[in-house]
Amino acid sequence: MEKSKPIQVALIGNPNTGKTSLFNQLTGLNQKVGNYPGITVDKKQGACKLLNNQTAIITDLPGTYSINPTSVDESIVLKSLLTTEDKNYPDVIVVVADIENLKRNLFLFSQVKDLEIPIILAINMSDQLDRKGISIDVETLKKELKTETILISARKNEGIDKVKMAIENCAEISKAHPLCSINHKIDEDYFERLKAVSTNHTLYELWLMVTQNNIPDSLSEIEKQKLIEFRQDVSKLKRYQHKETIHRYQQINEILKRTYIVDRSKAKDLRAKLDRVFTHKIFGYVIFFGILLLIFQSIFDWASTPMDLIDSAFANLSTLIKGELTPGILTNLIADGIIPGIGGVVIFIPQIAILFLFVAILEETGYMSRVVFLMDKIMRRYGMSGKSVIPLISGTACAIPAVMATRTISGWKERLITILVTPFTTCSARLPVYAILISLVIPDKKLFGYFSLQGFTLLSLYALGFATAIVSAFLLHKIIKVKSASFFVAEMPNYKIPSLKNVVFNVIEKTKAFVLGAGKIILAISIVLWFLASNGPASYKNVEKDNIENTANANLLAEELQQKIAGLKLEKSYIGIMGKAIEPVIKPLGYDWKIGIALISSFAAREVFVGTLATIYSVESGTDNTSTIKEKMRVEVNPETGQKTFTLPVGMSLLIFYAFAMQCVGTLAVVKRETKSWKWPLAQLFGMGILAYAAAFVTFTIFS
Amino acid sequence: MHLKCTAILNTIATLHVGETGIISEESLDVIPLKLLEMGCLPGTEVELLQIAPLKDPLYICVNGSHLAIRKEMATQIKIIKN
Repeated sequence: MEKSKPIQVALIGNPNTGKTSLFNQLTGLNQKVGNYPGITVDKKQGACKLLNNQTAIITDLPGTYSINPTSVDESIVLKSLLTTEDKNYPDVIVVVADIENLKRNLFLFSQVKDLEIPIILAINMSDQLDRKGISIDVETLKKELKTETILISARKNEGIDKVKMAIENCAEISKAHPLCSINHKIDEDYFERLKAVSTNHTLYELWLMVTQNNIPDSLSEIEKQKLIEFRQDVSKLKRYQHKETIHRYQQINEILKRTYIVDRSKAKDLRAKLDRVFTHKIFGYVIFFGILLLIFQSIFDWASTPMDLIDSAFANLSTLIKGELTPGILTNLIADGIIPGIGGVVIFIPQIAILFLFVAILEETGYMSRVVFLMDKIMRRYGMSGKSVIPLISGTACAIPAVMATRTISGWKERLITILVTPFTTCSARLPVYAILISLVIPDKKLFGYFSLQGFTLLSLYALGFATAIVSAFLLHKIIKVKSASFFVAEMPNYKIPSLKNVVFNVIEKTKAFVLGAGKIILAISIVLWFLASNGPASYKNVEKDNIENTANANLLAEELQQKIAGLKLEKSYIGIMGKAIEPVIKPLGYDWKIGIALISSFAAREVFVGTLATIYSVESGTDNTSTIKEKMRVEVNPETGQKTFTLPVGMSLLIFYAFAMQCVGTLAVVKRETKSWKWPLAQLFGMGILAYAAAFVTFTIFS
Repeated sequence: MHLKCTAILNTIATLHVGETGIISEESLDVIPLKLLEMGCLPGTEVELLQIAPLKDPLYICVNGSHLAIRKEMATQIKIIKN
């Protein structure tokens, strides 16, 4: 028994079967998310200690109804099963099936089984048997399917040890038992010829290579040529695939007739009652908008206290470090570059976590599918699909996962439009920019004695984001001429009480991915900025000497002189030169060169705006400044006009600019990957940029 | 004449909420593979559970699968009413 080499296990199953629950039970927090090479689909893997101390590496493959893929997510499943040379190629597959939809789940099982890889069938939610009036004969099922079959309840942690035991013994599982002999009933001669192409692959593998046009390089040229010949008659392929599906279902029906009985009278159908409420023509929408309001309310309310704490904690940390460490370049880098940079990322964690928490709960309960059902017709008017609602809501946390969430949309045009307009929704990176500008320029008054004017402004900006997304979707729907056979089907899963473990893991995983992904960019930019702001060409180096020697400065106090020097130094630094260079372009919008610097740096990520201004003003104000970012901005004065820099027109103009501009390298990169072309991210960058400039100009003019 | 035609041309879209029908064999070619794979097969019973507030999509139950499909698709799937 070789104990050193871990067993590779792949988890496969329909969506909503509790596959992720089983994954969480098997691996605990011992999991990591990587990427499949070349694509951004998350690859979830975890290690599991088996009962005999052997280790298993578990890969949680995306949920799918069939191994014939219709989406990027699903194509991963097929690829993982056909790429025998991959290091994670499974030694054993665990198919997770839901007891209530056993027939449809067994369809996927029958396909996987025919690949002749060792396989274990885990039938989940066994704790629901009585409630649903289901009785199942596992022993007979085991024989009929020629497969190790285990009843589990991932939620109640039942049967998990049996799954582990079966994984341990996977070497003993005989694999050469295809369930369905696809050849006989469809076209024996045709499949005999296909089988003769290669002896290294099972018939079903070859059939998948042909139907999915997924011909691996490991085949010889002659074999490849022969398979390509099978692809000549596409309509025949399609017909045979249809026949194959029917044939599989017939076989499954036969097996289930003998092993699976549902007593419908025992089933308490809560689903129908809940559906009537959640998809009601009035209450359905009222509940949906109520939930949206609750989400936004919580994002602002619950998150504001931890965010304030984080903000002041990082400000204090900077001060502390400056006091404790010996002054020098390294101390400045840490206190003015790195710490504000990290702070700029950490401050988003509360909001993002809360948003992901809601999205996770809504998806776990099955409610999200009802929203898809409610919204599909409305969204279609704007060239999108009911499934676009989820990305648009997720977009309020971060556009990057939102763009990836569009993968469930099967129509290409609907998906493309959703991808293109998602960055208009107000992501959490805009929030700190909005929050700080609103608190600076909007008076802290009550509207009608009740609503806070600042809160109202923020809400209007969110509404503006959604409205712009919808309007531009409508325009794109009219403009974009893409032929795509769109076909919509959404499963309406049964309602479930969300599992705490799944929700918590989901939130941790997504938040971590955001912090690490965006964090790297933000931190790098903070350091670059600090460097550009504290270095410069020859004229920069002379500032200090010239000013001290200049007799006109003789009557200034030492502190005033220090500030004047710092300000001049910033102006002469590399970044000052860059800011000055774009000043003529942004002057019509009301911005000076320092805001220009912040604009340049926010092209990497919007939230850098606040951090940049903080860096600029800390560099400028010398070393003994202890105030928070907001204080620094409040006291900032425009040297030309002698007035405060952040006036109402400037603030409003900036708010509008940030509402529309595409300032996120991460999103551009993910859009490029998802659309497989530079055309669309560039269209976003320029389209949204021009809109932002024009709208900010109009806003500034109106408010001045 | 008109009446007779509509009697023959029953589709999922002509069902009323709560009614059931059997998907006809001739629908096999118009049903996309994915829908077949999810259990929407000729010869099986389909029940219309609900219609979305704006008359589209339709919420059906077929072969134990609860699915939402668009009216556009539903009008192509012929059935024999029960």
